[in-house]
Amino acid sequence: MSVLVGNDTKLAVAGITGREGSFHTLNNRKYGTNVVGGINPKKAGENVEGIPVFADWETTVKETGANTAMIFVPPPFAAASALEAAAAGVEVVIIITEGIPAHDELKLYNQVKRDYPNTRLVGPNCPGILSPGKANVGIIPASFFKEGNVGVVSRSGTLTYQIGNELAQKGFGNSSIVGIGGDPVPGSSFVDIIELFEQDDQTELIVMSGEIGGSAEEEAAEYIAENVKKPVVAYIAGFTAPAGKQMGHAGAIVSGSAGTAKAKQEALEAKGVRVGRTPTETAEIAMEIIGA
Amino acid sequence: MDLLEYQGKQLFARHGLEISEGRAVTTVEDAVAAANELGYPVVVKAQVLVGGRGKAGGVKLAGDEAEAREHATNILGLDIKGHIVHTLWIEKASDIETEYYASVLLDRSAKKPLVMFSLEGGVDIEEVAEKTPEKLIKRNVDPLVGLTKDEALEIVKTAGVPDDVQDGVAGILVALYEVWIEEDATLAEINPLIITPDRKAKALDAKVSLDESALFRHKENAELRYTQGEDEQEKTAREKGITYVALDGDIGILGNGAGLVMSTLDVVAQAGGSPANFLDAGGGSDADKITEATQVILSNPNVKAVLFNIFGGITRCDEVANGLVEAFNRLKPTVPFVVRLDGTNDVAGREILEKAALPNVYPAKTMLGAAEQVVALAKENS
Repeated sequence: MSVLVGNDTKLAVAGITGREGSFHTLNNRKYGTNVVGGINPKKAGENVEGIPVFADWETTVKETGANTAMIFVPPPFAAASALEAAAAGVEVVIIITEGIPAHDELKLYNQVKRDYPNTRLVGPNCPGILSPGKANVGIIPASFFKEGNVGVVSRSGTLTYQIGNELAQKGFGNSSIVGIGGDPVPGSSFVDIIELFEQDDQTELIVMSGEIGGSAEEEAAEYIAENVKKPVVAYIAGFTAPAGKQMGHAGAIVSGSAGTAKAKQEALEAKGVRVGRTPTETAEIAMEIIGA
Repeated sequence: MDLLEYQGKQLFARHGLEISEGRAVTTVEDAVAAANELGYPVVVKAQVLVGGRGKAGGVKLAGDEAEAREHATNILGLDIKGHIVHTLWIEKASDIETEYYASVLLDRSAKKPLVMFSLEGGVDIEEVAEKTPEKLIKRNVDPLVGLTKDEALEIVKTAGVPDDVQDGVAGILVALYEVWIEEDATLAEINPLIITPDRKAKALDAKVSLDESALFRHKENAELRYTQGEDEQEKTAREKGITYVALDGDIGILGNGAGLVMSTLDVVAQAGGSPANFLDAGGGSDADKITEATQVILSNPNVKAVLFNIFGGITRCDEVANGLVEAFNRLKPTVPFVVRLDGTNDVAGREILEKAALPNVYPAKTMLGAAEQVVALAKENS
């Protein structure tokens, strides 16, 4: 198996007609992902290299049976599109868009949770989800990864590629690689994805890549100690980040004494989760635990 | 984006919060004129984006013109924890009977807004939270409903606010929540929230942070950005749309993706080096952007060596290589560069660099190896 995207994925894409949206949608299809439709209210009835474009999410789901959404529309409209997908019954909504207002994310998260509890949000500001050999939804460069037994969950895109590449060089493949995104209000947290990996029979080891800001890594540490039997290896970025400065990602900021890399490392190690000092060391620890 | 006190107060006033009358000035003469116009006593307050102004001598009471002149002269140009005072807020002095604390912020853990209130105002709230957490009332708010007056009243009653001012203080909480929501703030804080001898509640200070991502729907707030205290390189980078944070070391860093760049800084520090900056060239950077980013890095005179750490996904390594070649043509840098290119089109990128035979450019195979090499080169060069 894999988590969230796989052989059953039927993907529809909001923003499919945009430059980035069409490029990555076609890349995903080339990889083997079942892409069933796209949304652009102004271009309904057209198609993108054979992929039909619809006016809204309700029609798309009715016509195609789409169960997975990828949101590529610009920040001012992204949250509304994600909500519409949830309302249409889409089970997994993956938001790639960067720069969505924090309040929009906050309202989206709470409204989906209250009104559409069967929908899972992933992102915003994330690279998407890749289940090697099965499906790729998003912008992760799939050629670096092969199928295997390591589940990866990360707040950062390129850092995921770096760690994934270090793992690949040691002979590891992946069940799924899940980017949860670098924003302050992610739809899915480390805990949500680790829970899925724990239940997934293909996954034997979980690698989590965190960074400064918020307390999601600390919450994951608590959760792992109580609920996870599979080995977990962690990496945390941002030890040298000064307090009060946003390091690229909207969510990557040390506020006062909260959210430091050191606190996260200590919280994880206190619960028995080994933390690599570098991406290379993280892969080495994984190697030690389960071999190649 | 953090606002100065007086800017925060202007947002407060827009939403009906009671504040003291005042003027923002940048010269001693204007400060004195403002004080005379407002009538004494006035408070002369340094406007800087850092806490602890009072202790640093940045907030003074003036009883007459001579004192207003003296304080304005002393405070303008004052260095408060590395922040130079360029602006003063001259405010009519308030009679203070009691000081409370109130704030609304984003609770990332609960994924809800959080209202905090305490009777212990006018002091460092992190200290209150740590030493006497029972004195800090915290309530999550449903963002789909908002903070109701009843909820606000419950908070102030629980905290132990006297009966006669409960309504006024609860009203301030509701208005503060409105500021937070309608201005797309990530933090709206009043410390202290004061009760005057005639039993009125009022915001004596304002600390507001706005969400940069929401400025597109608040054009008037976008203009409030305080650029006087901003680092020169950070300012240039922001104007060019490059994510750059100045640090105090001597190794310039360029990478793609925030997480990878943060990780690069850490690995350089572990190798015994000290990064001069964080620079995320972003996804899909073209050659032009790389050239501009290189220019920003090199405009910092402390830089002794530069590390490019690229793992191409959307970003193509050949574009990065072309950008670097162009940067060398234009800027003729004298410091050494270590360049690690991996991922999309890495072979093409390395070929471009090899062909260009740039002076002082060292290719590196791995992130770790690159970090060690740039640290050694920076030491040689200093």
